[in-house]
Amino acid sequence: MDDDLASRLYRAMVFARTYDRKSMALQKQGRLATYAPFEGQEAAQAGSAAALEVDDWMIGTYRDAAAMWMQGYPMELLYAGRTGHEQGGQVPEHVNVLPPSITVGGHMVHAVGLAWAERLQGSSRIAITYFGDGATSEGDFHEAMNMAAVQKIGVVFLCQNNGWAISLPTSEQTASETIAEKAIAYGMPGIQVDGNDIFAVFDATREAVDRARRGDGPTLIEAVTYRMGPHTTADDPGRYRSDDERADWERRDPIERLRIYLSERGRWDEEWQARIEQQATDEIERAIALAEGMRAPSAADMFGAMFAEMPSHLAEQLEEATSGR
Amino acid sequence: MTTTIAQALNRALDDALASDDRVLLMGEDVGRTGGVFRITDGLRDKHGSHRVIDTPVAESGIAGVGFGMAVGGMRPVIEMQFMGFSYPAFDQIINHVARIRNRSRHRFSAPMVIRIPYGGGIGAAEHHSESAEAIYVHTPGLKVVVPSRPSDAYGLLRAAIDDPDPVVFLEPIRLYRAVKEELPDQPEHVEMGRASIENEGRDVSLISYGAMMKECREAVKRLTDDGISTELIDLRTLTPLDTETVLDSVAKTSRAVLVSEAPRTAGFMSEVSAIISERAMFSLTAPVRRVTGWDTVFPLKRSESLYLPSTDRIVSAVRATVEASV
Repeated sequence: MDDDLASRLYRAMVFARTYDRKSMALQKQGRLATYAPFEGQEAAQAGSAAALEVDDWMIGTYRDAAAMWMQGYPMELLYAGRTGHEQGGQVPEHVNVLPPSITVGGHMVHAVGLAWAERLQGSSRIAITYFGDGATSEGDFHEAMNMAAVQKIGVVFLCQNNGWAISLPTSEQTASETIAEKAIAYGMPGIQVDGNDIFAVFDATREAVDRARRGDGPTLIEAVTYRMGPHTTADDPGRYRSDDERADWERRDPIERLRIYLSERGRWDEEWQARIEQQATDEIERAIALAEGMRAPSAADMFGAMFAEMPSHLAEQLEEATSGR
Repeated sequence: MTTTIAQALNRALDDALASDDRVLLMGEDVGRTGGVFRITDGLRDKHGSHRVIDTPVAESGIAGVGFGMAVGGMRPVIEMQFMGFSYPAFDQIINHVARIRNRSRHRFSAPMVIRIPYGGGIGAAEHHSESAEAIYVHTPGLKVVVPSRPSDAYGLLRAAIDDPDPVVFLEPIRLYRAVKEELPDQPEHVEMGRASIENEGRDVSLISYGAMMKECREAVKRLTDDGISTELIDLRTLTPLDTETVLDSVAKTSRAVLVSEAPRTAGFMSEVSAIISERAMFSLTAPVRRVTGWDTVFPLKRSESLYLPSTDRIVSAVRATVEASV
């Protein structure tokens, strides 16, 4: 990774953390619905997203806003979804990112289908799917890994092992020593990386992306990281994990690690830091204003996207819903 | 050419594969063996293993991968081997297939067909005879289609594959080879959402769909011999339902008997009954009567006849309805 890319990724991670902390604050003010913070996981998301082509598919979860934003998902739409607007899922035409999956694990098979469709249409686009350690216990993890490997589909399975699936530690999630080793049984390469080392994440993902694009099939990447915050704003981590554990991970903060590196390379100073923090705040304020300024949805909006063409029974129900009868 | 439902479905898939590069078939054993009911027989040899795909045994994966393919621009037709084997795919179908258009405000859609052989009457093992269409009908975002004759099997399947939204396509197992029709060289597509009036009548509307149409047709013959003029309606599409044809018929006959082999409680015919009571109450001269399967687990071979509505039960229900009239 050259210094320019490292600087860009540093800036992206600052944006991501600002977005994340702002979201937590907005939720406390009642301006956002339940929010799932990703603080601590910025390098796992930014480092992997940076290894993609701009039109590759990305299928992530509710905790992957940083990666989705880097792949083109507009920040105002990320906010819109959290403020309760269905419009938050209306991804722009040129952006190949699915709206985030809320159920755990079911979306990994979608990545297999999308990458397979690209292959059938003669395209070299690949798909990356993000999931946590908890999702590896879901049946669809197995079905996705197996089908992708059997058919050599170009998918990168990126597991952010952040130590906790709400209150369940990884040690009770799986008896495997690592998540990465599960790849062996499926007949695909698996690699475990330090998920707070953006260089390691980027290199591993780039190799997996290249393999996928060559037609050599899927890869499982386990990015070992830590969820600094709660599972969501509805959760209290004090009930299941210790402050010591969190403090230990604070010392491995991915942004601080890259800052030290850039500083040693003469690519970081206080002034630049202040400037990008301001840019991040401005961008986030802009996105929030757009999301909060969206027109309130109508009953017609609620009924309007069930089918390509509204069937008569829905048209009748819409009339009933709006007539006040 | 005299064609069975099984042959009509095979032709529809063959023609769809030939006419649209985006169409592909995917499922357990659909390739080499042509599927457990041989509906896809010969199609892998003709169209290639990249378009007629044998998958691992993974219903959720088949539905979810099919979903990804559909979002990615293909027109997958996936097969569940039996209704009871479609349950592991519920999460994908209900949580993703049926919702992606709404979730993305039309940006993404999942134009795919989920073929599910359903219903009893062939003495199969447990889980092979289910009739769980109400679950799919109850799921917003899905269309649900059930043919009962070869021309509809062909025409509705072609229409389902061309449809921009996901369609659950239910195939009545015991009619696969039991109903035959002459089909032209180029059979027509059949628009979804339209019921078919198979027999016009004055005295009573006999309304059904799918596999039970066979018993209903036999019942109509016997009732006609008894002098009861029976209007027989094949709903063909459950979502969206052709309410107009149902209500027009009931307005004319003033009586309705509803036949389905699914368990009675909250079955699809409960919905049809509710629609009639809400919108045609004052046309009725007799209570609406349902002839259905029971609220029991679908039994094994030796008890099937105790469960499935028979022609006798249908005839008795129609007679009782006509006799009970005010």
